Amino acid sequence: MGGLLEVKALALHFGGITALQDVGLAIAEGETLAVIGPNGSGKTSLFNCITGIYRPSSGSISFLEESLVGRSPDAITQLGVARTFQNLRLFHNMSVLDNLMVGRHLHFRKNFVHAALRLRAEEIRHRRRCEEIIEFLNLEPVRKSRAADCPYGVQKRVELGRALATEPKLLLLDEPVSGLTQEEKEEFSYWIHEIRGRFRITILLVEHDLRVASRLADRMVALDHGVKIAEGTPAEVQRHPEVIKAYLGE
Amino acid sequence: MEKLLQYSFTGLSAGALYALVALGIVLIYRSTRVLNFAHGDVAMLSTFAAFALLSNGYGFPLALAGSLVVGAALGISFYLSVLARAQREGANLLGMVALTLGLALILQGVAVYIWGAEPVSLPFPISSTKTYRVGVVVVSQLALATMAAGIVGSLLLYLLVQKTRFGLAMRATSENLMAAQTLGIPTRLVLSVSWGVASALGVVAGIFLAPALLLDPFFMLDPFLKGFAAAVLGGLNSLPGAVVGALILGVAESLTGGYLTIQYKNTLAFIIIIVVLLVRPEGLLGKEFKERV
Repeated sequence: MGGLLEVKALALHFGGITALQDVGLAIAEGETLAVIGPNGSGKTSLFNCITGIYRPSSGSISFLEESLVGRSPDAITQLGVARTFQNLRLFHNMSVLDNLMVGRHLHFRKNFVHAALRLRAEEIRHRRRCEEIIEFLNLEPVRKSRAADCPYGVQKRVELGRALATEPKLLLLDEPVSGLTQEEKEEFSYWIHEIRGRFRITILLVEHDLRVASRLADRMVALDHGVKIAEGTPAEVQRHPEVIKAYLGE
Repeated sequence: MEKLLQYSFTGLSAGALYALVALGIVLIYRSTRVLNFAHGDVAMLSTFAAFALLSNGYGFPLALAGSLVVGAALGISFYLSVLARAQREGANLLGMVALTLGLALILQGVAVYIWGAEPVSLPFPISSTKTYRVGVVVVSQLALATMAAGIVGSLLLYLLVQKTRFGLAMRATSENLMAAQTLGIPTRLVLSVSWGVASALGVVAGIFLAPALLLDPFFMLDPFLKGFAAAVLGGLNSLPGAVVGALILGVAESLTGGYLTIQYKNTLAFIIIIVVLLVRPEGLLGKEFKERV
């Protein structure tokens, strides 16, 4: 296998409710995998298990051969997993640039001598990385604006940029184009595509918009009621009778 | 006019200490959403620690440093060993506030047990009777030192929160804990440091209040309430608001005490707060955190 991320027999229960059951998937390095499924099918729960927000009831999740189960979200991010949220979670009262700088937090050298001597080289290095992201996501006009004052489409970009700022090996995107206009969706798909080429990041994405998902993904996994019902190329998965049934009913 | 200046100055110097108390309360409220009712008593016990060091012949700088360490350690260990655990077990905010009340009572009990309930005086190197004349205003050495402590404390906190990377992590954590975590910020560490810093600020207030008030296990109750009121006045989640609220409260108190009667000093101060909150429920500089659903 040699996958970057391997999820095996994952189950998650909340009291009597089963959110995920026996879910397994693997992502190879450099791949883009889309997870699709109707509302409440467990897509976001899967993300929350991988990023340590929920602790799975059973099963294993390994990233670069290290188990993620039981690690705190910040420890998981330190291993190189970044994510965006379905409902944005920006720092509203900070500027766009500061939001990105928080993403750089991990890479600040933990050295008080440097800080005390006010060696700017470090700061400049981080700024440069942020500038690169700002330029890439076309955030230049809003860099100093308060995040809360930016339009929704821009906020989504800021959140993507903030995740990129952590320099992840694996990027989890939770419904990256939901709530965007058709035009913005096109743009966003382009950026997601570019992330692969430019930053060489493996992407796991949850998406409702099947058109966008099938365009971006190499492979697809479909969930319904917390169970994996199909896996394969986008074309295969979309033709799969179980998937059609899940989306359209009998 | 002379009187007005004199009262205002006295008020500002009291306000500077309220500001230190209020800043600690706000810092903890902002980061953990918990109103820390043990804030005053952590400061009280740490001031007693300074008293113990001084009575054993150690110098004042060492006693001050020692009390700061005791205060910070109390704050951090309470957060880590009680609050964080309660939160993990699913305690709600009200439950956690009740835990801080419990801590307050425990600390008072400890202080009574070790030092007794009789007031003692803290040997303080700065005199409250030595005065200087600045223009028409007479200022005591203690009032000047108090003000300096308030300004230095607030300034250091400002630099920490606004100008350092750790401050950025603190702001991120207080605004959106989950997002901060997923960006790799060790939020537990950040929160425990916030508790430590907040408690240390309270200790500074305690040390400077002790010479004026005499030291007993309940001496921080009144300053704590004033600091709390100042924090509410300024807006519970705004650090600059805490300072503004504290200065207004200090001056209002002093003016009432001077012009009306000393007995209504506290009453009028709180009437002002009631009026302000009726007009601006979020406090003078407060902004309610709103979460997008």
